[in-house]
Parts: sequence; C-alpha cells; structure tokens
Amino acid sequence: MTPIWDGDYAREILPILAEASLITVQATLMGFALALVLGLLFAAGRLYGPPGLRLAFGAVVEFIRSTPLLIQIFFLYYVMPDFGLTLDALPTGVLALGLHYGAYCAEVYRAGLDNVPKGQWEASIALNLSPWNTFRRIILPQAIPPVVPALGNYLVALFKETPLLSVIAVLELMQTAKILGSESFQYTEPITLVGLFFLAFSLVSAALIQRLERHLNRRPGRQRTP
Amino acid sequence: MAGSAPPHRPQALLLATGLLAFAAGLVVASFAGFRDFLPELLRGARVTVTVALGGAVVAVAAALTAGLLRLYGPRPLRWLATAYIETFRGTSALVQLFWLFFVLPHFGITLGPMAVGITALGLNIGAYGAEVVRGAIGAVPRGQWEAARALNLSQAQTLRRIVLPQALVAMIPPWGNFLIELLKATSLVSLITLADLSFKAQQINQNTLRTAEVFGLVLLMYLALSTLITLGMRALERRAARGLRRGRAA
Repeated sequence: MTPIWDGDYAREILPILAEASLITVQATLMGFALALVLGLLFAAGRLYGPPGLRLAFGAVVEFIRSTPLLIQIFFLYYVMPDFGLTLDALPTGVLALGLHYGAYCAEVYRAGLDNVPKGQWEASIALNLSPWNTFRRIILPQAIPPVVPALGNYLVALFKETPLLSVIAVLELMQTAKILGSESFQYTEPITLVGLFFLAFSLVSAALIQRLERHLNRRPGRQRTP
Repeated sequence: MAGSAPPHRPQALLLATGLLAFAAGLVVASFAGFRDFLPELLRGARVTVTVALGGAVVAVAAALTAGLLRLYGPRPLRWLATAYIETFRGTSALVQLFWLFFVLPHFGITLGPMAVGITALGLNIGAYGAEVVRGAIGAVPRGQWEAARALNLSQAQTLRRIVLPQALVAMIPPWGNFLIELLKATSLVSLITLADLSFKAQQINQNTLRTAEVFGLVLLMYLALSTLITLGMRALERRAARGLRRGRAA
C-alpha cells in the first residue's frame, strides 16, 4: 500500500510541472491577448457596423458563447486542415481560447462602450475629429477603465480553461500531470499539485485585479461629473 | 457579481441565432448520409442532458447550502463554506474532475464516471452560484427584516418565508447563465470515459473521418440545448416576476 501522499515523488516531479506551467502561462497570455483584440473587433462590429454585419457579429458571439470550448478546440484542430490551414497544437489552442473568450470580452467591451455618453461623439464631431480618431482617442479611453475588472475576471477564467488544451496534446500542466501519472501509476501527487498551482495563481491574480481596479479609479481626470 | 455577470441577451438576437442555427443545420443535413451517425449522437446527447440535469440539482443544493452557511452559519461552518467556494472557483473544472476521478479512489472512495461527472461539475458551478445566493439575499431590502421582526417572526422564519422567496426570484437570471456554463462543462465528462455527446463526436470522427459534419452538427446540438435553457429560464423569470407582483399587491 502506497502512502496517501508521497513527498519524495512530489519533490521529484515539481520541476517538471514547473516547466510545464510555462506553457500554461504562455497559452494564457497569448490567448488573452487575442481575446482582447477579437473582443473589441466583435463589439465594435456589433455596435457600429452596418445592420447586416451587426446581426452577423451578434449571432457569431452568441454561437461561440453557447457551445463548449472543448468541441471548438476539436473543430479548429481537425477541420482547419481540411481548408488547407494546418497549425500546430499550441497555436490552435491559443486561437480557440482567443475566439471563445473574445466572444465573452465582446460583451464586456459593449457594456463599456454603451456607457460612454452620446454627447462625447457629438462633441467630437463639433471638434472635427474623424470617427476613427473619436473612437480611439475619446471613446475608448473612457470605455475601457470601468470594465478592466470584468476583463480581468475573464483572464482568470481563461487561465482555468487551459487544461482543455491537453486534449490536443499540448504539453501544458494537465497533460504533463497525466503523463506523469500514467508512468508511475501515482495520480494523487501530480493532479493535486496542478490543482494547487491553479489555486495559487487564481488567488494572486484576483488580488492583482483588485489593486489594478483601485489604481484605475484613483487616476486623475477619470471621474466624470454627472 | 454585477461586474462579471454576462449581460442580458436580447430577444431579437436569440431569434437570429436560432435562424442561423437552423440554416447551418440545413447545410450540415444536406451532406449526404448524416443519418448514419445521428442516432449515436442522440444517445450521447441523452447522457449530456442527464449529467447537466444531475449537475444542476447538485449545483443548486451546494450553492444554497454554501451561500447560507457563509452568511448565517456558525464560524467553523462559515470557514468551511468559504474554503469550498474559493477552492472550486480557484481551480479548473477539469482538474476537479480528474481529482475526483483519479485521486478519490486512493482515499477508498470509488465513484462511477457518471457520479464523478455530476458531483464535480455540480460542485464547480455551485461554488459560483453560492456567491450569487449571498448577493441576492443581501439585496433584499433591510426593511423586510425589520417588518418581519415587528410582526414577531423569528430569524429563521423571516429567512425562509420572507427573504428567501424574494431572493430566489432575483437569482433566476444569473442561474440561467450558470446552467449554460454547466451544459458546456458537461463536455468535459467525455475525458473521464463517459459516452456523452462530445465523446460520441470524437468516436464517430475517428471512425468516419467526416470531421466538419460531425463536429458541426454537435456544435449545433449544444447550441439548441443552450437556447432551450435560455428560453426556459426566461419563462420562469416571467412567471416568478408575476407571482412577486401579485404577492406585493396583496
């Protein structure tokens, strides 16, 4: 009978898991960067595009939000090659994460953009700013800070979904833990360590988001007079 | 919670999504011979629905228990509830699923894959739900407590008969979103050998190599189930709002 917790084994596999966590973090950061860009694109298309485009963007966002990420990963990984687009496992995973969370971020951006008073657009027209300049220099700087905490929550959510990339054999934390477990028949230590890693990262990032939120609220010139 | 709750979905968009799904369904269906694998997929869908329903029951029970304990429980139980919420919100659903599946037998508790799936996903969503329970109870106006006290109701009676019924109505919209999250999360049980919709999709894909059709169809089936949840929860919301109005008028 093996002991419930094998400390030696845990110490032995810790460096291997630490290395795998770099892939997890890499996938998280790249996926979230993509999600931020795609989300803004979806939101802007849905708010300012011509009516047909608006409906199309809306439907795409709803579709992505209503279906499981797992199937989306499979779909991208197995179907893209049919269209002549062959990507490695990690880029495919990043693309899937970026698309899925882009759809969620789009809703957040939309809330932020909706909350900027209409008068800001009108004043910019009066000042002869082009629509693009208005959007970039006037609207966005006011729309983003209030929604940073919500975006941050999705960063943490995305991070927690990276284990799904193990299904297309990306060597991130979960896949590494599973391989270690199948080699030694000891699953307790690897899976528990992975769980602890996620817990630590989530708690730290939740604290960071809170600080960022306070910082953004303190910046001068951010408070709009009602 | 207000910051992280996905915004309300407008009705027109739902219709547009439905139409898109229908059109896409026609395209997928027009590929010849998709009937071959449809029965298998429907069998998988039944498992998906079973896990989702079971998970929903566990989630609601866990959320109410943890939410109430965190608010009104004695100190050790309050800590326990907080630990549960933070652990399940802080780690990944897949890790929780694997932990229950691979590690729990080590402690002498062996559950079947179905039980593991329902428990893990239910507890995962329940942890998020507990925060909503807490928020909804907190949002019931203080005056309700005070009025109940003036009527000589005990604290437990006030909670059960006055505060909870109102809080439950406020919880319906966020629970609609949680149920969709739960439905999507059921796809993970395919990784612990349960033959759900996702599992069947991978199996059929390996046998037939008709990747685009199989996964396309499965995505649409999930979309249909999500839409069903949205419509159901919206109907429930309307009914509850009507009941609440009648209660207030009386």
